[in-house]
Amino acid sequence: MKMMIEGSMGVAYMVMRCRPNVIAAYPITPQTHIVEDLSQFKADGELSGEFINVESEFGAASVVLGAQAAGARAYSATTSQGLLLMGEVLFNMAGMRLPVVITVANRAISAPISIWNDHSDAMVMRDSGWIMLFAEDNQEAADMHPQAYKIGENPEIMLPVMINMDGFILTHAVETVDIPSQKEVDEFLPPYKPEEYLNVENPLTFGNLAEPQWYMETRYKLQETQEDAKALIEKIADEYKGKFGRYHGGLIDTYRMDDAERVFVAMGSIIGTLKDVVDDLRARGEKVGILKIRSFRPFPKEKIREVCGHVKELLVLEKAISFGLGGVLQEELRSTFYGQKHQPKVLGFVLGLGGRDIPPKSLIKLYEVSKGKEISNEFVDLRPEVAPKGSLVTL
Amino acid sequence: MTESTKTKKQKPPVEESLLTCGHRACAGCGEALGAKLVMDAAGPNTIVATSTGCLEVFSTAFPQTAWRMPWIHSLFENSAAVAAGIEAALRNKGKHDINVIAQGGDGGTADIGLGCLSGLLERNQNVLYVCYDNEAYMNTGVQRSGLTPYNARTSTSPSGTESFGNQHQKKNLLGICAAHNIPYAATATVAYPQDLMMKVKKALKIPGAKFLQVHVPCPLGWIHKSELTIEVAKLAVSTGLFPIVEMQYNKVTRTRKIGKDRRPVEDYLKLQGRFKHLFTDTAKDELEKVRQIAQANIEYFGLE
Ligand SMILES: Cc1ncc(C[n+]2csc(CCOP(=O)(O)OP(=O)(O)O)c2C)c(N)n1
Ligand code: SF4
Ligand SMILES: [Mg+2]
Repeated sequence: MKMMIEGSMGVAYMVMRCRPNVIAAYPITPQTHIVEDLSQFKADGELSGEFINVESEFGAASVVLGAQAAGARAYSATTSQGLLLMGEVLFNMAGMRLPVVITVANRAISAPISIWNDHSDAMVMRDSGWIMLFAEDNQEAADMHPQAYKIGENPEIMLPVMINMDGFILTHAVETVDIPSQKEVDEFLPPYKPEEYLNVENPLTFGNLAEPQWYMETRYKLQETQEDAKALIEKIADEYKGKFGRYHGGLIDTYRMDDAERVFVAMGSIIGTLKDVVDDLRARGEKVGILKIRSFRPFPKEKIREVCGHVKELLVLEKAISFGLGGVLQEELRSTFYGQKHQPKVLGFVLGLGGRDIPPKSLIKLYEVSKGKEISNEFVDLRPEVAPKGSLVTL
Repeated sequence: MTESTKTKKQKPPVEESLLTCGHRACAGCGEALGAKLVMDAAGPNTIVATSTGCLEVFSTAFPQTAWRMPWIHSLFENSAAVAAGIEAALRNKGKHDINVIAQGGDGGTADIGLGCLSGLLERNQNVLYVCYDNEAYMNTGVQRSGLTPYNARTSTSPSGTESFGNQHQKKNLLGICAAHNIPYAATATVAYPQDLMMKVKKALKIPGAKFLQVHVPCPLGWIHKSELTIEVAKLAVSTGLFPIVEMQYNKVTRTRKIGKDRRPVEDYLKLQGRFKHLFTDTAKDELEKVRQIAQANIEYFGLE
């Protein structure tokens, strides 16, 4: 059913459709509306799962860990400081192969405290072993939830999945979202039936001590599974398309890339802005397209190479930075092409940190002025009093 | 076992414990004994969440496990929350007849895990939380915790020319838990196994959140002979240093009286290397302070 609702409510509806047995979450802006909506569904008797009020995000993550280990389907949502506070538990879930799904309403990290959007929070967790997906719009964010459970719960995968959606930009934006019926979602997503879980008929030990003769094998398996998940993420996106008629990409998605020579690479809601920018540039005869990274972990190196055969330059736009190195995504792209026959030039831009607006005119300008240049970690739209000499695009 | 001992083949005194033998705890480990008693009292229809600490480390080196029941270890500070998730999952699936136990050491409970524990107690979820109180972080090499007694020497509260060891009081963990107004909060000790097992059974029959603090000597950390574990544990009770009490809805309902069995604190302290520095001329006042702590306990709970 099509509804004019907030992105958060779209997610809440779809989470309910996934029939989680246990939800535990702690409020933090801009995630709050998701859990408030779920609490209301529970209060109205629509949600059959348990909603556990906890004392912290650390507690929330630990509750859903326990629930999932006991054979339940579990859900949580958070952002920023809350995600950091969950950190220890998130790594633990991946190590224990518990396919929890959480939604992250991406937000900047303190200090200075900022409640506004960027991707710094998610980037901190990139080595946690979680599958990490980024949604472009509210429909995709909603649709990602049944897909995420189906990916994570696959017996060959058994990994937790993080769905990233830009805080405020998506969570608080009111748009049309098509929410499928319970029956349709049930047909797509079967009940969670793990082979191994905590139960008294078959007592198993979870979370053993692993001495040096065993620990490395668990890491090897995790890495191997991340690689295996690549094919499944694509397959499930196709399956979803077959069932619901909607496709937002598999590991990646492309826009007007067929003959593109210069290609924007980005994740999340900025893709929407970029589509307008690319349409404008195309109208002026520019051969430009967009490569949307939908799955950040596993990172789709092969898929990216496949679609970039004819591309001369990649303009990587990212809302996070690894201090002392630079943009994370641009480095991933450089490593993707290192040693390959075809090596498009990778230009790296950092923008939109802490909710800094990203107007189309800045994107068009950076597109124009970056031609023929070597660029790494170029901050876009800095205030002039801080911007270094020679900055390409300033406020 | 050699055949030279010409004893008759004996039946094992009890059937195999749910925390079975062959694990790596030190000889005389009070925590291993305490956990075994708790598990056997709870029975096999129980799911257990355990914090990081000696108990988890000595019992689960992969690919082995000493646990004959469904058991999970996640982190140092979250067994209460993990158990809460397990309880919620069971409840949602309509499995109301399975016990859920969360357990951890004094550090995992009274210090780093206190937030998760408070959440569990506040929500009054149907979980029994058991704290094995060996009065320091043993797993990491005997550092002090919030439950280390006043003047005990640990590796982070050493005695020296300027110090008599741990300068903070032992936290009133029972009081903290009981103040959540939960239906049952109690202390017990490995010195009195029947009492301990009775309390576990009793607690598991009560719906809601329950808390049990079990005093478990640690020969390695307390520096006492491994065969003295039970004697040391008994003396903690008879000196008044570890009161054995039951509380319901934040009211004391039952206590183990000491009466004429009362012993001077020195009898307890002198068996343990962690208090050795208190038996010098300069430490007289400090020893007196320990006496006062025992006296205050006895008066507060009316143990005389
Ligand atoms: C977040 C975190 N901090 C510190 C540690 C290190 N650590 C592991 S066990 C432990 C002490 C355990 O003490 P306690 O809970 O009293 O259990 P015991 O070993 O004494 O039975 C510490 C400090 C850890 N594993 N995780
Ligand atoms: S150090 Fe103490 S608590 Fe740990 S196994 Fe040895 S006796 Fe038990
Ligand atoms: Mg301890």
